[in-house]
Amino acid sequence: MAPGQSQSSSETGGFDVEFRSVVKHFADVRAVDDVSFALKRGSFHSFLGPSGCGKTTSLRLIAGFEQPDSGSVEIAGQSVVGVPAYRRPVNMVFQHYALFPHMDVAANVGYGLRQRRPRADAAEIDKRVAEALELVRLPHLGKRRTWELSGGQQQRVALARALINRPTVLLLDEPLAALDRKLRREMQIELQNLQREVGITFVLVTHDQEEALSMSDTIGIMKDGRIVQFGTPEELYDAPVNRYVADFVGESNFFSGSVASCDEVSAAITTPSGLTLQAPFSRLGGKLQPGSKAAIAVRPEVIGLWQPGAVPAGLDISRPARLLNRIYLGDHSEFQVEADGLGAVLVRLPKHSTEGQGINGGALEPGDQVIMGWKRDRALALSEA
Amino acid sequence: MLRAYSAFIYLFLYAPIALIVVFSFNSGNNASDFQGFGIDWYFKAANNSLMLAALENSIIVAATSSVLATVMGTMAAIALQNVRGPLRVVFDGLTYIAIMVPGIVIGIATLIALVTTFDAANTVLASIWPGEAPPKLSLGYGSIIAAHTLFAMALVIIIVRARIAGMDRSLIEASADLYADPMATFRQVTLPQLMPGIVAGFLLSFTFSFDDFVIAFFVAGSKNTLPIYVFSSIRRGVTPEINAIGTAVMLFSLTALITAQVLLRRGSKQGR
Repeated sequence: MAPGQSQSSSETGGFDVEFRSVVKHFADVRAVDDVSFALKRGSFHSFLGPSGCGKTTSLRLIAGFEQPDSGSVEIAGQSVVGVPAYRRPVNMVFQHYALFPHMDVAANVGYGLRQRRPRADAAEIDKRVAEALELVRLPHLGKRRTWELSGGQQQRVALARALINRPTVLLLDEPLAALDRKLRREMQIELQNLQREVGITFVLVTHDQEEALSMSDTIGIMKDGRIVQFGTPEELYDAPVNRYVADFVGESNFFSGSVASCDEVSAAITTPSGLTLQAPFSRLGGKLQPGSKAAIAVRPEVIGLWQPGAVPAGLDISRPARLLNRIYLGDHSEFQVEADGLGAVLVRLPKHSTEGQGINGGALEPGDQVIMGWKRDRALALSEA
Repeated sequence: MLRAYSAFIYLFLYAPIALIVVFSFNSGNNASDFQGFGIDWYFKAANNSLMLAALENSIIVAATSSVLATVMGTMAAIALQNVRGPLRVVFDGLTYIAIMVPGIVIGIATLIALVTTFDAANTVLASIWPGEAPPKLSLGYGSIIAAHTLFAMALVIIIVRARIAGMDRSLIEASADLYADPMATFRQVTLPQLMPGIVAGFLLSFTFSFDDFVIAFFVAGSKNTLPIYVFSSIRRGVTPEINAIGTAVMLFSLTALITAQVLLRRGSKQGR
């Protein structure tokens, strides 16, 4: 699909998209506020954040639907500031696909090729359209009307319509949001395979953390027009820079309070109920100052539950707790417990193997009195916000 | 009770029309005494040279004014997309007023405006014309077409704008994203998307102009359109021939209106 790309993607260290101090206002809202980043050639990148965080505006700045108020946008090393969308070597898959309803599938897919001057000959276009439909596994649907297709099929047509042009960068604006869960899972895998196959840089915008984590090489977490953290999925999950990132990536219990003391690698935080919890700093989050607001983040799968009196040695934090609720999820269960001094805590236990989490998930019922606790090295001390 | 009431309403609305249709197939001479089925009156009407002349005038006026109104109205609707704020409100207001003002007011106003302008222009023309007999501007095709275009243009603007509002903006962006410059996007995406609205606007404009009596009556001058001919004929009494003409006109108008409706409905479904 991308013979033109193979050469460029073999150059290592090249960047396909680069923002330098980009600012974009809408009226008096700073939609994108001094954002800088560089996306490696041939990588799969996601912008993740709630609506209004600036992720879609960032994408539209790359596409050329918006122009920055200041700063520079570069595509494949060339500044594209002032270049209109129709002269940029990027293509987009729109959230609702934006297929042209007055054209059949083949005419939609071939649209980009037909705009090129000098005009490609019709036989060549037909051949490439057939190849593109083959690529997205929709052969023989060329003559169909777009609205006769299912959501997943429309999605593939939109992909084919973009990829047929062999763009430098493919932009995806919440492309899976309109699909049902099972189909979404399928398309995630398919998108990832497709990206490896064509070797084009993919930039995805999503508010679904699972989607971003499962597909991306790098993720930029955005908030209020700024990038809060930029890194690999592992970095974001294991070493979030602050509570906002930890909250957005995966699930965590947060116990907030003020920093009582800290050393080189960890901090002790006093909660409003008077408990002192200790945890190491996040590897990428930086240190905390005594007296500042902070939170201890504990992933639900890190916490264990034990029968009173059966608490193992080496547990750093343990509190009596009462089981409030249980959600059965097949191979594991989630429990809401009310822990003394800590409030509601989410715990995730596997069905069988206990793996140091004490009781296995199958044996508990609401109302049971238990001890919940965790090893402090598995928690993180994070700054608020 | 309510059912009977609405039945009466529809009876009053449509019974007279139904009577006209029925009596147009009367084989007898009397418009109010049905003597048997026949289509003689249709043949008679089709051979009536006065009626044919009026029909020709009507077609010329309706065709010209609806084409002008469609082209200008569509351009205006597209341009109005980019007008915002108070100016937009003013344009919107003017457009709706043009539709709501009674035909009789448009007729009189247009008549006065045209006559005044023509008088002034004719005086100037007469004084600067080098040869004998200077050309004289007068009421006729031009004045009816102008008045009808004015009204129908407002109609087209409103219909096309509704279509623009219902159009998915991301289609335009998708086209730009796929390397089409603004002109190419307009030709390949915007225009086809608006086409149902444009055609519907054209059909409504044509029907309006073809059926209009009030405005045409004031500004027609010596030109007879079909509705004016029918009006002047019934002063000599309603004949089955008039019924036949009326039925034919109604059939034609209904077809155009229904076509316009179907286009608008189908168009809005595809636009989603």
